[in-house]
Amino acid sequence: MTEALFNIFVFPGFLFVAAFGLTAEYIDRKLYALMQNRVGPPWFQPLADFIKLSAKEDVVPQNADTLVFKMMPIIAMTSILTAFLYMPMWGSKALFAFKGDLVVVIYLLTVPTLTYFLGGWYSRSIYSMIGAARSLTQLFAYEIPLFLSILAPAMLADTWSLSEMSVYFNTHPWAILCNLLGFVIAIIALLGKLEKVPFDIPEAETEIVAGAFTEYSGRLLAIFRLAIDMELVVGASLLAAVFLPFGLNYGPAAGFALYIVKVLFVIGLISLARTIVARLRIDQMINFCWKVIAPLAFLQFIADLIIKGATR
Amino acid sequence: MFRPGKMTSQVLRSLFKKPATSMYPFVKKPMPKDFRGKLRFYQERCIGCKMCMRDCPSGAITIRPVGEKKFVAEIDLAKCLYCAQCVDTCPKKALEATPDFELAQLEHGKLKIVLGEDAGKDTKTETK
Amino acid sequence: MPEREVKLTIGPQHPMLKEPESFLLTLRGEKITDMTVRLGYNHRGIEKACEGRTYIQDMYLVERVCGICSHSHSTCFIQAVEEIAGLQVPKRGLYIRTLISELERIHSHLLWLGVAGHEIGFDTLLMYTWRDRELVMDILALLTGNRVNYGMNTIGGVRRDITAEQIPQILSTIDTLEERTKYYVQVGTQEITLRERLSGVGKLSKEDAIHLGAVGPTARASGVNRDVRHDDPYAVYGELSFNVITDDHSDVYGRTLVRLGELMEAYKLVRQILKQMPEGPIVVKAPRKIPAGQAISRYEAPRGEDVHYVKANGSDKPERVKVRAPTLANVQVVAHMLKDGYLADTPIVIAAIDPCFSCTDRAIATTNIDNGRTDRMDWPTLRTYGIDWYSKQGIDFAELNRKLRTMRESN
Repeated sequence: MTEALFNIFVFPGFLFVAAFGLTAEYIDRKLYALMQNRVGPPWFQPLADFIKLSAKEDVVPQNADTLVFKMMPIIAMTSILTAFLYMPMWGSKALFAFKGDLVVVIYLLTVPTLTYFLGGWYSRSIYSMIGAARSLTQLFAYEIPLFLSILAPAMLADTWSLSEMSVYFNTHPWAILCNLLGFVIAIIALLGKLEKVPFDIPEAETEIVAGAFTEYSGRLLAIFRLAIDMELVVGASLLAAVFLPFGLNYGPAAGFALYIVKVLFVIGLISLARTIVARLRIDQMINFCWKVIAPLAFLQFIADLIIKGATR
Repeated sequence: MFRPGKMTSQVLRSLFKKPATSMYPFVKKPMPKDFRGKLRFYQERCIGCKMCMRDCPSGAITIRPVGEKKFVAEIDLAKCLYCAQCVDTCPKKALEATPDFELAQLEHGKLKIVLGEDAGKDTKTETK
Repeated sequence: MPEREVKLTIGPQHPMLKEPESFLLTLRGEKITDMTVRLGYNHRGIEKACEGRTYIQDMYLVERVCGICSHSHSTCFIQAVEEIAGLQVPKRGLYIRTLISELERIHSHLLWLGVAGHEIGFDTLLMYTWRDRELVMDILALLTGNRVNYGMNTIGGVRRDITAEQIPQILSTIDTLEERTKYYVQVGTQEITLRERLSGVGKLSKEDAIHLGAVGPTARASGVNRDVRHDDPYAVYGELSFNVITDDHSDVYGRTLVRLGELMEAYKLVRQILKQMPEGPIVVKAPRKIPAGQAISRYEAPRGEDVHYVKANGSDKPERVKVRAPTLANVQVVAHMLKDGYLADTPIVIAAIDPCFSCTDRAIATTNIDNGRTDRMDWPTLRTYGIDWYSKQGIDFAELNRKLRTMRESN
């Protein structure tokens, strides 16, 4: 019982993910700044932001649905935390693992977007509602390529479990190379999920202020922002587990260090991607996802099917 | 010709370069020596013609007699717009612009300064 | 989004706008069906203030009409005053004035490029262009003594001379900037996300540009060959050779290309000016009292044609000063360009005219939309009107006053 509580609240649960999330945000911001030839924030900036926001008053708009408005940040965070418990970290086995946990993780990662939508929609502010509608529209565009690109390696490994996938790729290292296209697609789709440039359309600052989060303030906003940071970590962990499952046999300590390096590598790629492009318009984004990314993801899927048939 | 991610090489090179921005209050960039900042007042040259007061666009400068042919310049740094027209106007070159531009204060009253020695009076109370 | 019309107010406070201004958009989904502009949030009464000050004081006041094209406004005003007074400004003074105005154009266009990048979520472009803009700001600070409000002009010439040791410094900065601008041209034409966001956005046909009276890069990007520097040369532009950059894209992409092209022309102009600059005095003595008369002066500011009108009555103060900033000519064009566009394109279309709203807000005439009357209210009438209006909205001032009193007493 104590161990379970420790697992949920401290390691690898809430405290660890929160600390890692804030670190990830710092690294993302620092890299972004350095790539723009700026000094960038000091290391404690994300934590300072969090503390400052937590100390401020929560303002709930008069027309908003108070219960939904207050629930959404917490639901977003809990679903992300739950998803993290299924991530393999120091070896091929995650803390909690069962057959089919990949599907659960993907499902749990969809929940935050829905909470952004509901939170924004029930704020009853015009900016929030437009932002909410955009985040839902965007969800349908990036989710399919993300699913397809993650399911392709899963099918190659013939399992729905993240831990079993790691075992398979550890015994068949060449198979990692088959999924490079899928990795690129997954990174692009993850940018959409994390609402980062070029897909930060739902919270496009210059158009609709902060999108779904416009009316959020104080603690609720702090929780939402922490949830987004955690989502970055969980998304990067998922990609690291699915697409970079190498070097898992060197024991827990080395495996854990390697895990951190892999996640940071994925975060670095995300920072680079958001540095070098402009924000797309929502129609351009949907066109791009359906006409370019989704067919490519499908191609990856078929390629994996053929490889699987050939190696059997 | 389209090249997606045209700026990639540029941003990656910047990763290993010194940032263009600096940590301002700790690292300061000097202004050119002819910069028009806070004024300096040469009391011995002032003849009290008050031409500077006439030309000042914002009424920031006041020349006040403090004794026999002796004057002080009262300057409201909040009103001053640092055009240095008074420097050009002054027939005796009693005013000069310095590159000092860090003039922010936490209290509004401290922005009113008196330049030149005010004999017989406490300048501290005058600044109020 | 349900397919019904939604009204979205942008401004007076909004992250898109750097200055207070209000745009009321009518949206159907993400499409804009109608848009109205409301000016007047930034009225500072500069024209009236000019009438109460001497010409020397006005020079600095007019310079502060705009924070970016400060030299444009001050030169435009001073040209009018010099014309009334019949002053012959020395050649070297005019050359220095032109040099500053071209350096200002460089700084303004680089600033615009960064703002445009920011409006479409390309902050990297913003950071790089503004980093490079610092170089030209440093040069301006070196030459004039300030980074923004240069204070270089004075009636009858300029206030500071350019020394021989400053010239190599200017030239080397210009070389660096030219290289950087070439790179930005490559980025602008090759980076696919940038082109996707700029092309076909905010269309303005040549006919509409002429009909609606667009000025500056906005008009030139629609193929209108209109540039005061070329059509009605002031200062020393008659002695310099340069091309008027036009473009036929008629969209925001075209406006970007025009501004980038003008940057390249500005570098050429700066080199020419430094090469051709004659020796001699920089200023002639100007009288304090300007003889009676009136003059209109035109000037090609980075944003377009700037017009100043000055009427003198023989005293040391002008009788009337009128400023027509370039944004006023372009702001109606924005409403036209936004129609049937996307909400997502609003920021970049508004930014594409390089708006400067505080320059634009001059004296306003109000028309009551209900009855078309233009009469004015005095203060007591306005006060009772306000109280009536709020009590109709259900706000009771007696109750509020009582609360305020109890609050004060409890303190």
